Amino acid sequence: MGIESIMDTSRIKWINSPGPDSDIVISSRVRFARNLKNVPFPHLLSDSEAKKIVSDVYLTLKENPVLSRQIELYNMSELTPVQKTMLSEMHLISMDLSNSEKGAVIVNQDETINIMINEEDHLRIQVMLPGLQLDEALKEIDRIDDLLEEKLDFAFDEKIGYLTACPTNVGTGMRASVMMHLPALTMMDKTGQIFSTISQLGLVVRGIYGEGSQAKGNLYQISNQITLGKSEEDIIQNVVSVARQIIMSERKTRQNLSGEARLRLEDKILRSYGILTNAKLVSSQEALSYISDVRLGVDMGIIKDLSPSVLNELFIMTGPAYIQEMSKNATTPMERDLYRANFIREKMQR
Amino acid sequence: MLCEECQMRPATVHITKIVNNEKTQMHLCEECAKKKHISFSTGLSGFGFDDTGFSVAKLLSSFFEPASQSTMGISDELKCDRCGLTFQAFSDTGRFGCSQCYNTFRGQMDPMLRRIHGKTFHVGKVPKRTGGQLRIRQEINRLKRELQEAINAEEYERAAVIRDKIKELEQNKHNS
Repeated sequence: MGIESIMDTSRIKWINSPGPDSDIVISSRVRFARNLKNVPFPHLLSDSEAKKIVSDVYLTLKENPVLSRQIELYNMSELTPVQKTMLSEMHLISMDLSNSEKGAVIVNQDETINIMINEEDHLRIQVMLPGLQLDEALKEIDRIDDLLEEKLDFAFDEKIGYLTACPTNVGTGMRASVMMHLPALTMMDKTGQIFSTISQLGLVVRGIYGEGSQAKGNLYQISNQITLGKSEEDIIQNVVSVARQIIMSERKTRQNLSGEARLRLEDKILRSYGILTNAKLVSSQEALSYISDVRLGVDMGIIKDLSPSVLNELFIMTGPAYIQEMSKNATTPMERDLYRANFIREKMQR
Repeated sequence: MLCEECQMRPATVHITKIVNNEKTQMHLCEECAKKKHISFSTGLSGFGFDDTGFSVAKLLSSFFEPASQSTMGISDELKCDRCGLTFQAFSDTGRFGCSQCYNTFRGQMDPMLRRIHGKTFHVGKVPKRTGGQLRIRQEINRLKRELQEAINAEEYERAAVIRDKIKELEQNKHNS
């Protein structure tokens, strides 16, 4: 089974419907870690046990009349390395899953729901929505979790909740995260101060290179660290209220730019726009930072006639594996940079 | 050459990453490289999907150390009777072998959970089928809070409805 036969790589589906606060929040994600009773955790599973879990989960979802028509199963052992990296660039699988021969993922048509099987835990259910929509994502994931629980026996302890392979996830097994685009706060060097406050609230911030690093493309992911002793709703509320404060201070910082700083920023944005709409070769690293600039330009009204969702899409679609998968024939870095430059130009012209 | 990150110290660490033949180079000073070290060792995965993108095992071992030292001896011999995992093996990897391990190592659990989460009790979602009595108890607690709110708001009709629901649930609890 190949990806090309089912997965349409020409667009990122979930990103095209703008969500609330989507000028700053790219996506909201909620994931539940779940394990089956009486079966060893994935790292101790035999191949036959692993296969049985994959088929049990898949068949349970297939029994649902609505979901059955929307879902597709991909076994890691049947995908190429490029396809797996592409799925991870799309946030549909983790690198850990792609390295596991026992792993599989179930994805719905909209790519808003994905269920990783035999990653660190037997099940990692995830719902991803555009903009700041953690509450909605929680409702949706709750529904899928209930559906699975009708047939599967989840490992649950009355005192410490859902049992997970790693005790850092025990309890709710929930991770709620928002991906935020914060160019103005980054430019004014205000992120460090904000993020150190956040960590005192039990939340974690990650950039593209992990904790503590500067985020490429000015994209930051904020999520809860604590999973035990708080309800799902309280955890989500905590992340949402912090996200709202960051949104406010990013907006304020953008508005307060004036004089020389404003001029420099406008110049930077328009230069980036010029490069993306004219360059012949664009690398993935460059793409991220120019897309971020142009995205800011659109939000601030400096660049008109360009939809922010196109840029959100480009954040994902210009990744190395995504370009490789779309281009098919490109074999050298230069050919990929050429393909990427053409692809960006076309997307931005439409 | 100056460090790309701080633009202050000379770049002494040169990193070349190749992901699907796509080459990325970084030139950093030792200090900035150290700051980024964790993520380099785990690879580039875009703006991480990965919850475990940093070394969980390393992080966890710092949680476990005090506990495993104080319980040394007992925990050395402890072994999960279902999957065979020893406490030592768990301390090394930070991962349990099966859900039974949580019972096997229950004695070590509370201090560890307190260090990680600050709490030792789950208060969130309870599965419908396997949640057992806990689900009913949580529902009763929730209704009791609602009842109090209704009384405070002087909505006595609503309060009566809630009170009946609580009674019904408590009877169910005793019958099952």
